[in-house]
Amino acid sequence: MSALFSLRGVGFDYHGAQVLSGNTRLTVLPFGMEQGPCAGGAQPPCQGLRGAGADFSASEMVAVVGPNGAGKSTLLGIMAGLRAGYQGQCLYRDKEVREWPRRAFAREVSFVPQSVRIEFPFTAEQVVMMGRTPYCDGLFEGPEDRAAVERAMRITDTLAFRRRDFRSLSGGEKQLTILASVLAQSPRALLLDEPTTFLDLQHQVTIYTLLRELARQGLLVVAVTHDLNLAAAYSDRILVLRGGEVYCDASPAEVLTRPSISAVFNVDANIHLTESGRPWVHYGDP
Amino acid sequence: MATREAAGRRFWPVVILSAAVAVAALLVLPLIGSAHISYARAFAGQSPDAEILFYARLPRVLLALLAGGALASAGTLFQALLRDALAEPYTLGVSSGASLGAVIAISAGLRKIAGLPAIWVAAFLGAGLVLLLVLGIASEGRRMSSFTLLLAGVTINSICLASILFLQYIADFGQSFAIVHWLLGGIDPVEYSTLAWLAFAVLAFVAYLFWRARDWNLMAVGEDWAAARGVNTSRLMLAGYLAGSFVTGSLTALTGPIGFVGLIVPHALRLKLGADHRLLIPCAFFGGAAFLALCDTLARTVLAPTEIPVGVITAMAGGPFFIWILRSKRRSLWL
Repeated sequence: MSALFSLRGVGFDYHGAQVLSGNTRLTVLPFGMEQGPCAGGAQPPCQGLRGAGADFSASEMVAVVGPNGAGKSTLLGIMAGLRAGYQGQCLYRDKEVREWPRRAFAREVSFVPQSVRIEFPFTAEQVVMMGRTPYCDGLFEGPEDRAAVERAMRITDTLAFRRRDFRSLSGGEKQLTILASVLAQSPRALLLDEPTTFLDLQHQVTIYTLLRELARQGLLVVAVTHDLNLAAAYSDRILVLRGGEVYCDASPAEVLTRPSISAVFNVDANIHLTESGRPWVHYGDP
Repeated sequence: MATREAAGRRFWPVVILSAAVAVAALLVLPLIGSAHISYARAFAGQSPDAEILFYARLPRVLLALLAGGALASAGTLFQALLRDALAEPYTLGVSSGASLGAVIAISAGLRKIAGLPAIWVAAFLGAGLVLLLVLGIASEGRRMSSFTLLLAGVTINSICLASILFLQYIADFGQSFAIVHWLLGGIDPVEYSTLAWLAFAVLAFVAYLFWRARDWNLMAVGEDWAAARGVNTSRLMLAGYLAGSFVTGSLTALTGPIGFVGLIVPHALRLKLGADHRLLIPCAFFGGAAFLALCDTLARTVLAPTEIPVGVITAMAGGPFFIWILRSKRRSLWL
């Protein structure tokens, strides 16, 4: 089976890079933080990405983990077509991501950013309907678009609050609505940047179960996360980034070991096994 | 399975209603004033009704309609692009640039440039120069940052206002009065040829905004959000800012800065209609047009024969109205 995404030596340098579209509110840094959007504190200065390589295929559920500033969001942004100034090769279906026409690419790959803040009174359904943009030519959506929205909202269980103001939803409801919006795009690949970081346990489990189910049905799902145990429980593969490079890329059991966690996160951890044979990482005070 | 999505079903009733309000304003407001006139006598060419209607009131109502409609739709656009509730058509410094140009023309005692009133030409040039300056500051390569744009606009605004204060300080009494008069903004009757040009620019602008309405929805959420759904965000932002500022700059050259319309009309409509720009853009155009035409009619009649600057009316009449809307919509979280 040929890969959907094929990355070879992908690099991204925040200094002087031409960002096609980023969150502009982040590009203006407080004085003294000119190093880059992810200045690394005590760690070596963040370079974005330095020669990352990996393949991603349909029906895969891949977790991307690594310390802050390791390049996880940068990698996802490049794959989502939002950072055109990357070096190296990032192919999607054998064509360089930056060379894809934007509309056609939006029908293939959808992206859930780290946080979505909506300041205007859109309803949940309107937010989901925005996912149909790459399919719509007229001013209003057709029956197909409405059917796709209906389907996406049913899958994510968001129909109950379809007409509520997005801003009045809880964090979990918001994230499910955003998930519905990207599913309404009918993508082949779903890229998510920390989809459950601010959610309660039930929503974390709901969303990861849903993502795994989508992968079983043929979608490529790539999710950045800081929760190693969610990554271990739900993903087929874990891609570990450290200092802008791929540290390792293998099954949860191979990746989540005491030495690797120590090397990447600088934290001592004990690895247990759950009943299903997946690793369970225990860290902090014993 | 019924069609629940509001936009398509609600579109025509709401847009037709708002258009009807603007047409009613166009038909009724020219009749209001100290002299009583009738359309029958005016169209029969009888004096003085014809002169009052065609040379005093109608051009003024038309200019107010165009200005109000353009300011409100440009305000809607700028709030979406900058994702800032306080954004308005003047946020990028267009009005202070125009004002500085006009004040320079007044201070230098210029009357005509290339056959046109010097103040118009200077104001338009001022607006254009400031816009280019702000866009230049905020763009890196082919990319523009909304946040830098906002800051650059605010900064250039301050510099222009300081220059205006200085020019006014050193101006003589007559010039100083002319400067204050211009800075207050006002709708004066203009020739029909000028109105025709303005109407062309404003209608083309609003048609463009309406055509791209779906994209403004996406941009109002975020640039990444829009880009991930297939929108060429850099090009769209540049086109939006240029078109909005060009129309605002042209208007400001004719009327001076008129506050409040571009800020409050979009918010009032959003409270009632939601944030979908397919509905907001046409309604902002018609609603802003009717609102400013009404305010201008009040401005010339309330204390007749003394005229009140229309900007004073827009804020004093519109402010309480907006607060009433704000209070009447409990379920809204807006503001």
